[in-house]
Amino acid sequence: MAPRFEYAPAPESRDIARLKPSYQIFVDGAFRDGSGESIKTINPADETPLAEVSEAGPSDVDDAVDSARRAFDGVWGRLPGRERGKYLFRIARAIQERARELAVLESLDNGKPIRESRDVDIPLAAAHFFYYAGWADKLSHAGFGAGPRPVGVAGQVIPWNFPLLMASWKLAPALACGNTVVLKPAETTPLSALVLAEILAAADLPPGVVNVLAGGPAIGAALVAHEGLDKVAFTGSTEVGRTIQRTLAGTGRRLTLELGGKAANIVFDDAPIDQAVEGIVNGIFFNQGQVCCAGSRLLVQESVADEIVTALQRRLSTLRVGDPLDKNTDVGAINSAAQLAKIRELSQSGEQEGARRWSPDCDLPDRGYWFAPTIFTDVSPANRIAREEIFGPVLSVLTFRTPAEAVEKANNTPYGLSAGVWTEKGSRILWMAQRLRAGVVWANTFNRFDPTAPFGGYKESGFGREGGRHGLEAYLDV
Amino acid sequence: MSDHEDIGRLPVRKTYKLYVGGAFPRSESGRSYPVTATDGSLLAHAAQASRKDVRDAVVAARKAVAGWSGATAYNRGQVLYRVAEMLEGRREQFASEVAAAEGIPREQAAKQVDAATDRWVYYAGWADKFAQVAGSTDPVAGPYFAFSLPEPTGVVGVLAPQESSLLGLVSVLAPVLTTGNTAVVVASETRPLPAISLAEVLATSDLPGGVVNVITGVTAELAPWLASHRDVNALDLTGAAPGERAALQRAAAENVKRVYVPRDLDWQRDPGTSRLSPFVEIKTVWHPIGI
Repeated sequence: MAPRFEYAPAPESRDIARLKPSYQIFVDGAFRDGSGESIKTINPADETPLAEVSEAGPSDVDDAVDSARRAFDGVWGRLPGRERGKYLFRIARAIQERARELAVLESLDNGKPIRESRDVDIPLAAAHFFYYAGWADKLSHAGFGAGPRPVGVAGQVIPWNFPLLMASWKLAPALACGNTVVLKPAETTPLSALVLAEILAAADLPPGVVNVLAGGPAIGAALVAHEGLDKVAFTGSTEVGRTIQRTLAGTGRRLTLELGGKAANIVFDDAPIDQAVEGIVNGIFFNQGQVCCAGSRLLVQESVADEIVTALQRRLSTLRVGDPLDKNTDVGAINSAAQLAKIRELSQSGEQEGARRWSPDCDLPDRGYWFAPTIFTDVSPANRIAREEIFGPVLSVLTFRTPAEAVEKANNTPYGLSAGVWTEKGSRILWMAQRLRAGVVWANTFNRFDPTAPFGGYKESGFGREGGRHGLEAYLDV
Repeated sequence: MSDHEDIGRLPVRKTYKLYVGGAFPRSESGRSYPVTATDGSLLAHAAQASRKDVRDAVVAARKAVAGWSGATAYNRGQVLYRVAEMLEGRREQFASEVAAAEGIPREQAAKQVDAATDRWVYYAGWADKFAQVAGSTDPVAGPYFAFSLPEPTGVVGVLAPQESSLLGLVSVLAPVLTTGNTAVVVASETRPLPAISLAEVLATSDLPGGVVNVITGVTAELAPWLASHRDVNALDLTGAAPGERAALQRAAAENVKRVYVPRDLDWQRDPGTSRLSPFVEIKTVWHPIGI
């Protein structure tokens, strides 16, 4: 095994997050207590409470939708695109100004390493607002006809894995196109969305254009079913997405879904092994594997399987698992007890079904929700760990012999969100990319995101695209 | 000289059957139903398809996906243009059938046929252009080349419009095919005969078997099987009764189908790309740039 370098702790100060004792919902331009429960949001790294969060009740959903409707009819839907754009530019800048604070806050509430919140989540969130800001006065050039109209009031429900980034993915295109929004962040990670609401208020965004409701699944269900909406956007599990699709059946309200995945990351024998190993590690251990597009099924060409697995084990032994606020940390905490239980249960099923489990020696903290990076070999395509989305730092390794077999195995899933291909042969990359039934194909790289690049799924990974010019379509009446 | 006076020769009548996997089978159920003109006179007995026929059609459509979606766009365009050539050649036949089915004067029916042929030409021409219009290169902030392009979603279940027996049918079917999908079409329940004649055109137009499958029968009976079928990727609800749409949409959620509910049923209007984008997936491909 590789030598382990000792690093002195380099924690980011939690004071930077400017945590407040309590947070309120944001409705009609004002912060107020919700009519739901008051809950404590906790730090998944040590299970200590971070702050009190006042959750929304059903009456708050009504108020927020009414407020968004008034804002749409009265102000936002009529505002020239140029003016809407300037609001969005302001928001992008304000996120950049408060980037460090938001990064620490995100790592505290979510458990993700500060290196990721600082270098990925927050900069990308700002970039999304900046990108869509520029579209607001150019929508006639987006390919959806002259002077496309907004849809109206959107209800948006987002997950806990990239809290601020998901809020930005949802809000920026909606606002750029002239819609107003009721946003519901996930119950375990409400803080960054509520601080974003502070930023929106400070940007003088007119009241009601964005409302933010903290709350659990019941509030999410009440929001997506609300008759005052014109459009629903959801990112989360396929199971919930399916329920929402049923709920909206026959209502005429528009829907986009970004759901689960079980991506194949395919490594051919001619791939640069060191780069591929880095890509595989990034693909499944980025954000503790709590990523819908994670490369959770590694498909390795048989002739290099042993070599790759050995190299992976060596690399995993150097991963630093621990304090999310430490700048040297590679793998942070699992977001919640419930998610940890799910990861444990599926991993146990892997062992029970005969796959071989391996994790590096690593000291996990005593408190908090932790799961060591894990690799399963001898996995059969029929095993649950090869079929079900684990949403954790667990990699299932399968092998293939021919490119055709790789395609067959990669596509043998109801999901179709992403895929990876590693080979030095250009024609093979394009051949594979053509055949993989997935919305994003990363060739010789993995887990790349950009506001200009559309993202979304095939099959049961959902429908509609977020990002890029294509991301405008869901928020325009076309 | 009418048929009745021509005692020397009895006209040969056509048996209207289903079109599945490039063949013209009867319904496996053995059922048929009378199809009448608007004045109530009998036109023919059409096959009354069953759940099993729907499933067979989906199997045929799935089998055809690889070949049709893998064909070059130029090739697809030429095959579809060939369909228009065949339509033009059968102008008189279709005019009679549409006139009988829709109860409109023959001259008016002929105009519908012309419009349907022109529409087919319109969509044939889209085959090798839509990717350029709907795709993009994505100027990402990093050393990567990223591009996005539309791909067919796969098997599309199409409930053809109930009123417009040919122009409406062509207007919903051709856009699905142009982008590389295969289709299972439930023809107009009361006006299915032009759809079966269109199938004869398709069968003689170099369109591979299974790319289009035409089912006739009771829409309300067949549509739920199509909507809930796990190997159907998308559903076009154009021909569904408004009261049945909600149930079909609920059934479609089973495998997160893309469901298209049209807002415009004026088949004379220029459709633009409104029926092309609902049945494609956008795929984005990234690759690093480096030496």
